[in-house]
Amino acid sequence: MSPWAIALFQRDLRLSVRVGGSALVGVLFFLAVVTVIPFGVGPDLNLLSRIGPAILWIGALLATLLGLDRLFQADRDDGTLDLMLMAGRPLELVVLIKCLAHWVATGLPLVAAAPLLAVFLNIDPLAMGAVTLTLLVGTPALTLIGAIGAALTVSLRRGGLLLAVLVVPLAIPVLIFGVSSADAAIHDPVPFLTPFLILCALSLIAAVIGPIASAAALRFATD
Amino acid sequence: MFEDLSFSLEGGCALVVTGANGIGKSSLLRTLAGLVPLAHGSIRLEGGVPDTPPEEHIHYFGHQDAVKPALSALENLRFWQSFSAAAHVSGFSDGPVKPLEALDILGIGHTAQLPAAFLSAGQKRRLSLCRLLVTPRPIWLMDEPTAALDRVSETQLLNLMNTHLAAGGLIVTATHADLALEKTLILHLQTGDTADLPLEEAMQ
Repeated sequence: MSPWAIALFQRDLRLSVRVGGSALVGVLFFLAVVTVIPFGVGPDLNLLSRIGPAILWIGALLATLLGLDRLFQADRDDGTLDLMLMAGRPLELVVLIKCLAHWVATGLPLVAAAPLLAVFLNIDPLAMGAVTLTLLVGTPALTLIGAIGAALTVSLRRGGLLLAVLVVPLAIPVLIFGVSSADAAIHDPVPFLTPFLILCALSLIAAVIGPIASAAALRFATD
Repeated sequence: MFEDLSFSLEGGCALVVTGANGIGKSSLLRTLAGLVPLAHGSIRLEGGVPDTPPEEHIHYFGHQDAVKPALSALENLRFWQSFSAAAHVSGFSDGPVKPLEALDILGIGHTAQLPAAFLSAGQKRRLSLCRLLVTPRPIWLMDEPTAALDRVSETQLLNLMNTHLAAGGLIVTATHADLALEKTLILHLQTGDTADLPLEEAMQ
């Protein structure tokens, strides 16, 4: 990677983990969502372990949405975005690196917390491993798709809600294949690899479409 | 927004844009910076780096400081040094300054390790000015560059601007203060209905 890319990655990572960053809040929100479900569904362990992967996935989706609204807005508010447009670096790559740093700071902790939260939901070890693996390959897609919404709502004061409305429908395919590959690992007859590879493909597609669409939206957001 | 607006500027020359509030000084600067698309007309840069758009030869020093409070002053500056691409053109001979030296030049060397959240408005403004020194680019667009600066910093700013001009750079600045710059053109913006000429260009 070239020096400017590394500098941008390090800066975004520092900003997320230092005071005022949102890295830890996402994990706490994830914890809150997942712990609340058993209280609502009741102490039916079989039911919990059956819907557990889905709960973890929905929790991860909501936690990802929570931190996304500041992805570009913080840079727009203090004039950094203007300078980034003039810096002579390809904006698509800038967006991709920002998403990568954002995922390392907020998505990766969610993946790391997933096995622990799986215990709360009575998920057996094999399924625990499967759902963690699907989250590992699937959450980057959530961040990258969310970046499109973050770029579109960058100039709005209260863009967070609109962002969620815009992004959730686009995230449905990721959710479907994430949960179905986790389920496939538990129920033997269904192959695990088929939905899992589609999930990987969704992440790769998002890595192309997300930055291009976000960069186009950001270019229009300056005037 | 603008009608019949046309000017050209040579290397080593400064253009001071004046006019009432809301007349479009900032908009003019943002248009030159490539941040606002042109409805008509064109902006041309002669002698620039081939295959590079004009805005990549430009430092934009606007109202916003682009300083991240969570990072230290030095971290802020190091980021801009590696992130902004330098534009080396013939006829412009100002070399890059090291981040620490740049902080010293602007008199905020002692705050290098402090989080930028602790800097005052004027100090943040000076930190933002350091950005112009660490990456050499021939064109400076400065919107109210003296805002929030004290007398001493204003003199430093003038020295920096004059050094930049002497090195063959260009400056376009919107300001209300009298800046003692060498080789200045003045562009006075007016609304169309109060005067026959919407634009008055004078040589000092």
